[in-house]
Amino acid sequence: MGKLIVSLSPHAHGTDTVEKNMYGVIIALIPALLVSFWFFGIGSAIVCATSVAACVFFEWAINKFMMKNERTTVCDGSAILTGLLLGFNLPSNLPVWIIIIGALFAIGVAKMTFGGLGNNLFNPALVGRCALLVAFPAQMTTWPKVGQGWDYLDAETGATPLSIMKDAIKHGDASLLDKLPSSFELFLGSHPDGAGAMGEICALALLLGLAYMLWKKIITWHIPVSIIGTVFVLAALMHLAHPAYADPFAVIFSGGLMLGAIFMATDYVTSPMTAKGQLIYGVAIGVLTIVIRNWGAYPEGMSFAILIMNAFTPLINTYVKPKRFGEVAK
Amino acid sequence: MNVRTFRIGGVHPEENKLTHDVETKLAALPKQAIFPLSQHIGAPAKPVVVKGDKVKVGTLIAEPGGFVSAPIFSSVSGTVFKVDTAIDATGYRKPAIIINVEGDEWEESIDRSDKLELVKDHPELTPEKIVSRIKSAGVVGMGGACFPTFIKLTPPPTAKAECVIINAVECEPYITADFRLMMEHADEILVGLELLMKGAKVTKGYIGIETNKMPAIELLTRKCAEVFGTSEYQVEVVPLKQRYPQGGEKQLVDAVINRQVPAPPAIPVNVGAIVQNVGTAFAVYEAVMKNKPLFERYTTVTGKKLANPGNFQVRMGTPMKDLIDACGGMPEGDNKLLAGGPMMGKALTSVEVPICKGTNSVTIISDDEAFRKEPQPCIRCAKCVSACPMGLEPYLLAKLAAIQNWERAEKEEVVSCIECGSCQFTCPAHRPLLDNIRQAKSTVMGIIRSRTAKK
Repeated sequence: MGKLIVSLSPHAHGTDTVEKNMYGVIIALIPALLVSFWFFGIGSAIVCATSVAACVFFEWAINKFMMKNERTTVCDGSAILTGLLLGFNLPSNLPVWIIIIGALFAIGVAKMTFGGLGNNLFNPALVGRCALLVAFPAQMTTWPKVGQGWDYLDAETGATPLSIMKDAIKHGDASLLDKLPSSFELFLGSHPDGAGAMGEICALALLLGLAYMLWKKIITWHIPVSIIGTVFVLAALMHLAHPAYADPFAVIFSGGLMLGAIFMATDYVTSPMTAKGQLIYGVAIGVLTIVIRNWGAYPEGMSFAILIMNAFTPLINTYVKPKRFGEVAK
Repeated sequence: MNVRTFRIGGVHPEENKLTHDVETKLAALPKQAIFPLSQHIGAPAKPVVVKGDKVKVGTLIAEPGGFVSAPIFSSVSGTVFKVDTAIDATGYRKPAIIINVEGDEWEESIDRSDKLELVKDHPELTPEKIVSRIKSAGVVGMGGACFPTFIKLTPPPTAKAECVIINAVECEPYITADFRLMMEHADEILVGLELLMKGAKVTKGYIGIETNKMPAIELLTRKCAEVFGTSEYQVEVVPLKQRYPQGGEKQLVDAVINRQVPAPPAIPVNVGAIVQNVGTAFAVYEAVMKNKPLFERYTTVTGKKLANPGNFQVRMGTPMKDLIDACGGMPEGDNKLLAGGPMMGKALTSVEVPICKGTNSVTIISDDEAFRKEPQPCIRCAKCVSACPMGLEPYLLAKLAAIQNWERAEKEEVVSCIECGSCQFTCPAHRPLLDNIRQAKSTVMGIIRSRTAKK
């Protein structure tokens, strides 16, 4: 007879693992990834590959040489995920060296300085993106149009739907919105003049990813639904108040809203732990997004809104508690 | 079919009810029977026999050691070998009575016939008499907690009992002892339930059964209609959705009568419910109607690598080794031997640990499954928060325990934890959440006790 193993209960474990969750999100990103290859061609492939490779490299190197961890977190998929999400937030004509700086910010500054996986306060991919936006404003605000093939750095650029919307609001002129693709084209991302970051272009592909993650129980509905719902309602009210504000469908299908609501704001580490807290967080992100989009300096407010709410997550976790058993008793 | 369940959290572990269809066998008598003096919640029993005494099956060998306590009866006939210590389910050597078995001679007062005794044929059984027989027969909760049954039937004056809920959920994986008992002794269980209702002076009864035991739901629904259809009692079989920890007392009350027991020190009877395990109902029948004290029980002996897993009607005091050998012996390699199921069972340090009043299962987990996986960093996925059936935040409690912040742990209601293990079961990072939470819970409970003692 062999040994008798002794430990405390429970002696059974579900089949869930960190890797399953991380790679599950990566699988959910595949539709959007394929769409971005289709629309932005070789540039998109170069940006994504660089971003993923750089993120994984920095994760490994910092783990090994600076934190001296015996067991590194490279294989759990979190660095690959950060790399993909960072790539999705970038224009497809961004030079490789800028992407590497972004990856260093994402992994080195936003993640590892806080202690690595699970300890970071801010979403690493968004920190990387915002650092680049501040450091390289010109490169980070010229967006290639859809329909690129083999063009990378010299891809033809155009105005994003959000900058068209911002123009209309600035001039209070609803006729400027005529240049906007239809909501259905925005939903598919298929308008030939459409432009934007590579991962955010097709709402349909991102929603497929959401469906997959909900089905696999990787995330719950609370954050995406509260963000998209809040933005939709506020946009509808403003559209009713003044036609220079674009219609709510155009608002939710354009820019980084879907990408942010589905993949960035739902990041486990930086979002609240309770359903109630997640709803508060989601609604606040929705409100901040609308405020920044309509009245801020930048046409897109999603990433700032998420980062601001990331900072509030510990506060939400401290004060918003789940409903305890027995509290509802009569 | 209207299927109910509890409102907060829960998980769904793999069922592994290997012995679902295996008929109960009578276990062979042991050569030596071991009776730990502490096999119930409360004070250990005090031995009333000494070395060399002759005992029969059903002889009192230890009397209650306090109000919250229970007597212990011999399950075998023979000679007291010694009053000493033996390794019990806690892993420590604890006081125990050890009896060498000779023959199988029963106390004459025990009715060994199979005849079904009905409550209506015994008008002399007043509620007080029922409770006192339950008390003197040493009946305790047979689902594993082992709380003396008579105390539950006499609630404090601040609470009023409204119904008896029979816990036939058996939500732990592997275990089938309660299911087999229902299939084989449904009539006795219903008489037991009637005795419990009469003893608690209520007329409403429920039997909560999960839907993976459809034959039992059908059988008991039919029998209930026959037995209670025309009586003053209303008894309802409640089918429950399969979800762990539905067999937890508070979860079951929530599922069955839609009321939530407030935080400790409140108990189910504060919302009107008296919860009793189905095995307890059977023991109550035998104690009151057959004058048979509690010394025998239904136990599942199971494990994926076990050659012939089965259900046994077994005399208490029988070493687990005897049962394991009857099922084909301990599997090769490293195993984890559990008293109870994989979610809440205790890992044992010896195969000589005896079957006690609360041992509903002997579960053997083999090979890789016996070992824990290495923990990874918490990714704050919040799955433990949604799994917790008490509405607590396991990730936070575990962290507070690790940094020994007992004050905050008390504020976050760590004492409400029922130690069901749903959080740790669900954690994708394999973190030892419950290990830490248990430490916080017992420390905080100690602090609370010393604070009230000072006042």
